[in-house]
Parts: sequence; C-alpha cells; structure tokens
Amino acid sequence: MANMAQAIRMALHYGEQNLGVTEIFGEDVGPPLGGVFTATQGLKNAWNAPLDERGIIGAALGLAWAGGRPVAEIQFVDYIFNVVDMLKLAANGHWASGGRYRTPLVVMTPTGSGIHGSLYHSHSFDSIATKLHGMKVVCPSTPIDAYGLMIAAIKSDDPVLFLKPKALMRSKGEELIPGEPADEKALHDMIDAPLGDRTKWKAAWPKLTDYTVEIGKAKISHAGEDATIVTHGRMAPICLDVARRFKSEGKGRLEVIDLRSLMPYDWDAIKTSVKKTGRVLFVNEETEITNFAEHLIRRLVDECFYELKVRPRLLAGKATPGIALSPNLEYFIQPQTKDVERAALEVLGDPA
Amino acid sequence: MPTAKTAKSPSKNGAAADPYKTLGSAKLLQIHELMVRARLLEERLIKMSKGGDGFFWIGGPGEEAFNVPLGLQVKKGHGVNHDFLHLHYRSAAIVLAMGAKPIDSVRQMRSVATDPYSKGRNFVNHYAIPELNVVPVSPTIETQYSTAIGTGIAQARAKTDAITVVNGGDAGTAEGDFHSCLVWANRPALPLPILIIVVNNGWGISTAAATQHGEKHIADWAKVFPDMPGKTINGNEVLESWAGLEEAFAYVRKNRRPYLLEVKTSRLYGHSSSSGANRIPEADCIAILEEQMIKRGLAKADAFKKVWEREAAALDAAHKQVKGEPFPAVETVWENVFTDGLPSSYPTKGGS
Repeated sequence: MANMAQAIRMALHYGEQNLGVTEIFGEDVGPPLGGVFTATQGLKNAWNAPLDERGIIGAALGLAWAGGRPVAEIQFVDYIFNVVDMLKLAANGHWASGGRYRTPLVVMTPTGSGIHGSLYHSHSFDSIATKLHGMKVVCPSTPIDAYGLMIAAIKSDDPVLFLKPKALMRSKGEELIPGEPADEKALHDMIDAPLGDRTKWKAAWPKLTDYTVEIGKAKISHAGEDATIVTHGRMAPICLDVARRFKSEGKGRLEVIDLRSLMPYDWDAIKTSVKKTGRVLFVNEETEITNFAEHLIRRLVDECFYELKVRPRLLAGKATPGIALSPNLEYFIQPQTKDVERAALEVLGDPA
Repeated sequence: MPTAKTAKSPSKNGAAADPYKTLGSAKLLQIHELMVRARLLEERLIKMSKGGDGFFWIGGPGEEAFNVPLGLQVKKGHGVNHDFLHLHYRSAAIVLAMGAKPIDSVRQMRSVATDPYSKGRNFVNHYAIPELNVVPVSPTIETQYSTAIGTGIAQARAKTDAITVVNGGDAGTAEGDFHSCLVWANRPALPLPILIIVVNNGWGISTAAATQHGEKHIADWAKVFPDMPGKTINGNEVLESWAGLEEAFAYVRKNRRPYLLEVKTSRLYGHSSSSGANRIPEADCIAILEEQMIKRGLAKADAFKKVWEREAAALDAAHKQVKGEPFPAVETVWENVFTDGLPSSYPTKGGS
C-alpha cells in the first residue's frame, strides 16, 4: 500500500498529466529533495522556490489569475502565519471582484504534531484556515483520501488549502489507489528516489486513473449507534482504532466521522449521526481556545438541542504557547490514544 | 533627476530635438484629455466622499503625467499574451487610459449594484478588470508586488513579448513584498519580465519618507542585481514619463528581465480621506503640461478650457445616472463566496 506522501505525489503526477498542473513549487519541493516529506519527488513540474513564503503564495495567486492551476507548498504550516493576509487575498478574490476573477490554486502544507516537532513544527491551523472565508480546506487521514482530495483540489476553481497531517505522511492505508501496484516494493522502486546521486533518476509512474473525493463530504469510517466522534487528520486513525477496540471489547458502539473537509464541512453527516446517537465527542489537535470544533458544538446546540442526550464534549490540544519537545510534555499537551479512550468512555457514560 | 543605473535607451532621438514636438500635438492632446478626465474623476470622488454620496476615498490625483502614459503604452488585452497589471489604489489614470469608464468608478464610490469591479463590496479605485488583465486591487499595502511574481512566471514560460507591470508607492517598499518581487524577478533559474514601478511622492499617509528611509533613491535597490536596470524619473513631467516608460517597457519586453523604475510625483490631495483629502500646494502636472504646450504653440488655452468643460459635463451626466441606480440587495452577499455556489448547509444566520 502507498503511504500518504506517495499518494499525494501520485495525485500531483495525475494532475500534471491530466489536469493542467504546470507549476508545483515551494521550499525544497523540486529536485534533489522533492519536499521534506518527499511528497513532490520525481514530478516533472516541481521546482525550488526562494525561502520566501510571501513570494510563494503571491506567485501562486498570479499564476492562478494568469489561467494556471498552480500547486504551492508552505513547508510547514507553522511558517504560514506570515502569509495569512496573502491567503485571505486568495480566499476573497472571487467575492471581492464581484465574481470576475477565479483563483484556482492549491496550497499544501504539513500540519499538526506527532513528529516531535517542538514549537514550530507542530502547529495546527484549523480555526484560522476555516476563517479564511472563500477558501476550501481539506485534511485527509488516509492515503486514498489524500489522493482523491488532491485531485479534487486541483480540479476546484476555488483556492484550496490542503492540510497534510505530518504524523501520517508515512502511514499506509487499507485501500489501493486506482492504478497503484499491489506490491509495495514495486511501487517503491518505481516512484521513490534512490539515496545518493539522483541526477539521472526519473520516476516510473504507474498508470493512474481519476479518483475524486468530493470536497465537503465526510466519511463514516466506523458505524455505531451509541455515540458520535467527529474528527479529522492525525486524530482520525486514533479514533478509528479506539472505536474498533471498544466494539470488540463491548465498551460501546462508536460512530466515527472523518470530516476530510473542514470548509465546507459536512454538516448533514454530523447532524444525522448526532440525531441518531444523542452523544457526541469532537476530537482534534488544535488548542481548545476558539477551536474549530467549538463552532460545530454551538451549531449542534442551536439545531439539535433536544436530540442531544448529554452535553457535547471536545477533546483538543491544551492551550499552551507551543508544543513542547520533551515527549512527556508533548503527549500531555496533545491528545493521545488514552485521552480519546477516556473521553469516549465519559461521553458514553454520561447520564442522560 | 538623479539616475541610479540606466539601461541603454532604444531611442535614437537627437539631443537637440524638443521631445514635445517629437511626440506631437495629437498624442499630447490625447494625453491631456485623459489626464483631465482622471483629475476631474478623482475630485468628484472626493466630493462624493465628503458629501455623503459614498464612503472612504483613496486615489491618485497628481500622478496623471506618469499614469496616463503608462496606460497608453500597455499592451492591453486578456491572457498571458497581453500585459498584466498589478496596481494599487492610485491608478485611476492608468485604467482610464486603457479604456475604463469614469462612470464605473463613480459606481464603486457610491457602492451600487452596478459597480462592475466589486458589486458594491470594495473601496473606490479597487479595480478588477479581467478583460484588461488588471488583477484585483487590494487595500493591503504592497501585496501586488508578490502577486506580480506569478503572472511574471506565466509570461516567462510563454512565447510572448507581453510583460507584467506592478505599481505601488514609496512607503510600501519597506514591506517584504517589494523585496520578494526583486528577488524572484532576478532568480537565475527564471528571470521574470516585470516592470517594477515605485511612485515616490515622499509620504506614507502622514509620515515623511525622509524620516523612515535611508536609501538615497529607491531605484538604488537595483544596484544589488547586476542585470536589472534602475532609474529615477520626474513623474510630474509627461515627456520624461513617456520616454522613461518607453525605455523600461522596451527593455523588459525584449530582454525578458525586470526593470526598476522610480517615479517622483506630487500627491495633490494627501493620502486619502484619512488625511482630509484637501488640495495641497505641490506641483500640478496638468498645469505643467498645459503651460509647456502653450509655450510651444502646440495648443491654446481656450482648447484646454473646452476639454475641462466637456469632461466635467460628461462626469455630471455619469454621476446623475449613478444616483438613479440601485444599491445591492442583501442576499447578494452570498454570491461568489465559492465558484460552485454556497453549500446548502453553509451557516448564513450570523450566529444563533
């Protein structure tokens, strides 16, 4: 099975071949490295930009206005804060121009914790990203969804922020990407650059086909009747694992919604599930103050107050000024499997 | 005017030739008419702002002697084979010289539904004209220098003589975006055909440039890059502007490399509404042109008077028409949020 970095790489290759992607750029995105997580390795249109986030987003905007479909990378989402106004220009350009300009660009950036990244390689950006109104925001948790969401993002005529959970970039999925060889080693030999001299290396791409995950559609990754967990990104596979174990251990039937898209989000999926279970836990790794899920909780209270059996809960990162490096500190600040288990038990056990 | 570094002029004009006579009375009268049109428009917009017929005013009266020749020398049209313009809010004379209609600026000032640039959403002088490659003007200072990189890349890739023009003020050059543009335009991997213009009126709102900038000339930034010419010209003088622009356009079109042009101008009504928008006793470029043409026998005062009267009457009629046009309906705020429409579950209540 492809890992998420390979899946994104294959989607970008599909974009180059079939969707008019002629510019893929950012810091260390081109050869020889092909991205700090190797997500752009071997792509014919990938190139290295100056170490300048404002120039990168500005270049993407101009390319989009000139009729292109650029894919730009901010190397870590932690470095995106000095271009928030540029992202806002991308997000509001269609609206501000009265619909006269479209801005079909993709900005991809690794997000979240889980690689011992300390203060500036562990940030999450969900709440700010979802306040860039006019920008679509996606965050996959599996390689197949990463492939399908990247293709959807490239096809979109709106700007799309593609959040790559950095802790999942080497994780493998449970489904083959359309066209992916079943033999992992064969895929590795075809599209992973060799160590050492890469100057003569070229990727041998599998025959990939279109696969689009609609932006705005969540996935029920685990069906259940007793409580709903709404999550995305790095926390999604953790929540899925907990749901599977709870089921097998008879602790409760959890329904896990993997949002996949944060903007627009799949409100119908959330509402339908919560109306069924009456219990809901939101799980993400952003800090708890003005957390994106707080908006969803407020909306649930507004629209489903009488269907809720117990109070909605949020499991999020602790509101420290940064993610600390020492593992015991990072694991305390950021939600871990044991925290999901505890919170799930609490939401299941709350007296109705 | 001082010159930091000068590209070879393509002109072979004799040193003794009078540039006014070389350009000719027909062209000068065309320029004069457009300058008057732009000046009267800006003064009308100021009156509308002060008279409650609109809100905030920001514009560029005093820059007409440079901006009109710029608009006339642009290779105008749509797409990468025509010049792209990344303008700021002092560019009315540029877009009028390219064919924009004064009535549309009046519409934007009054923020009526017929405002073609933003549907009543943005400040006046914030254009978005795809048919002329005028990309959306933003209130954010200097971001146009970053977005210019993108259209510059598109035109560097294309087989075309079309270029990107970016225009802004002197105070904004303290922002990183200005330096992003210089660095990216001079990348050895892909030099960009960008005419980088800085209009230097000596002020940033109420702050004198002399108190904040130690550069002798802004054009001196070109000295850092061996292959980029830099030049400072007097933008209050039509002929010097015309010749300076001819040289700069020709260099960028032919060499597919950037050119930095600093243009010294007056700022006749201050920064904007925020500084009162009152007439300031600085050199008036229209008076200078009229005086020089009359002195040379290229026009008579009566002819100029008729231009002012004709343009004023046309503006009166346009303003009267706009006063009868409707304001945008509230539900239009949901248009153009996304290009594919607003999802049915998108929150639209503004809270509970």
